[in-house]
Amino acid sequence: MADAPKRTPLYDLHVELGGKMVDFAGWEMPVQYPLGIMGEHKQCREKAALFDVSHMGQVVLKGENVGEKLEALCPQAFSALKEGKARYGFFTNEGGGIMDDLIVSNAGDHFFVVVNASMRHQDIPHMAAHLEGVEVVEIFDRALVAVQGPKAEAVVGAVCPVARDLKFMETTVADINGVECRVSRLGYTGEDGYEISIPEDKAEEVTRAFLADENCEPAGLGARDSLRLEAGLCLYGSDIDTETSPIEASLIWAIQKRRREEGGFPGAERIQREIAEGPARRLVGIRPEGRAPARHGVEVQAENGSAIGEITSGGFGPTAGGPVAMGYVASAHAEPGTKVHLMIRGKAQPAEIVALPFVKQNYKR
Amino acid sequence: MSTYFSEDHEWIKVEGDTATLGITAHAAEQLGEIVYVEQKETGESFEKSDEIGVVESVKAASEIYAPVDGEIVEVNGSLADSPATLSESPEADGWLYKIKLSNTDQLSELMDLDAYKAFIA
Repeated sequence: MADAPKRTPLYDLHVELGGKMVDFAGWEMPVQYPLGIMGEHKQCREKAALFDVSHMGQVVLKGENVGEKLEALCPQAFSALKEGKARYGFFTNEGGGIMDDLIVSNAGDHFFVVVNASMRHQDIPHMAAHLEGVEVVEIFDRALVAVQGPKAEAVVGAVCPVARDLKFMETTVADINGVECRVSRLGYTGEDGYEISIPEDKAEEVTRAFLADENCEPAGLGARDSLRLEAGLCLYGSDIDTETSPIEASLIWAIQKRRREEGGFPGAERIQREIAEGPARRLVGIRPEGRAPARHGVEVQAENGSAIGEITSGGFGPTAGGPVAMGYVASAHAEPGTKVHLMIRGKAQPAEIVALPFVKQNYKR
Repeated sequence: MSTYFSEDHEWIKVEGDTATLGITAHAAEQLGEIVYVEQKETGESFEKSDEIGVVESVKAASEIYAPVDGEIVEVNGSLADSPATLSESPEADGWLYKIKLSNTDQLSELMDLDAYKAFIA
């Protein structure tokens, strides 16, 4: 743990742009720029924001029937993933908990996988150990940049016209100013946008090309967190972990029908049982009625004062215009409209269970 | 009238045995945009180092600690509806409390402006 934090290929650019650098999962990353978290958040909702996500693990999987083999580790129907398509998924453990979440893309002659920065040390050996006959190659020489927001298509399309033709969860290799990049139309903000994998020696050049657009501003980890929270997207380690099942986490949408029925993935027993009988607790949206933000670890109580759950992510939602939170509550209390209390610094604050997301997702379907 | 500063980044402007108290511009800048302020009520007494409020920014919650012993005689109620005032004007409109000092000797333990500037440099 005493290792110096690592730097992405865009470190010098962050410093030049006034980024406030913090240690995140062993990486020196910008938490915000001079615009500030609130301004960067609004920039992303209204125009376009650029995030360096190079700390995430990029992995290439090569071999026969990679999609089918991934199905032994994940409850997703990756064997049915067509070339040029990306899909959200997760590794499950034998207890039906979530080991990490990830994005898997079928790149034609290989599969391209992106995993969380904090879990790459686990995920890469996990895949290497269990994907027989598959070459698992962690990519260390490429940056990953996300351009997100309603103007993302204009910003990225200006230097990469084929990006305009992609739909949500589609991926392609494309030339940007003479540099071969992988461009995928997806993200972690609830907005339309792209994640672009760029060779490290050209990362700054391509990033500057995006930032040259007057509609695009850099944004840090602070805005990334408030954006994903408003969009109702889970953060691994906070909202989902090795104890929470995907059914509890309201991620059943990410388990395709065939896999729900057939099983054949780690923890299938619990996951199929919870699909049939319903989970004991559920991840829900929680909207405090007052102004006090309810953060990770705050106890949720029923109106009669009995403990029914806990906040897993919470803070101020700049677009929602007030505090927003997600957390687990006992299923009997999970219906939207249910009134609850949040125990913030020893005082019960009124709140309501609400449907996620807090803001409408603007994906280009 | 003199203004003193604490190591916890509060300012306290003293007139006789009463004072106005808030967080410094430096603290406000470090916190980032403030979205919520939790305050004590008029009439509550406190001792030096007691928690007398919480300021929440987009990033995190930060406690405010009393720089001296005293009693709250007035609360800046406008912060409940417009917490951003604390970010915009921490050392004027964004004051937190007017207090009655119980022990003016404690002021000598605080910093003056020059000392505070050196402290945060």
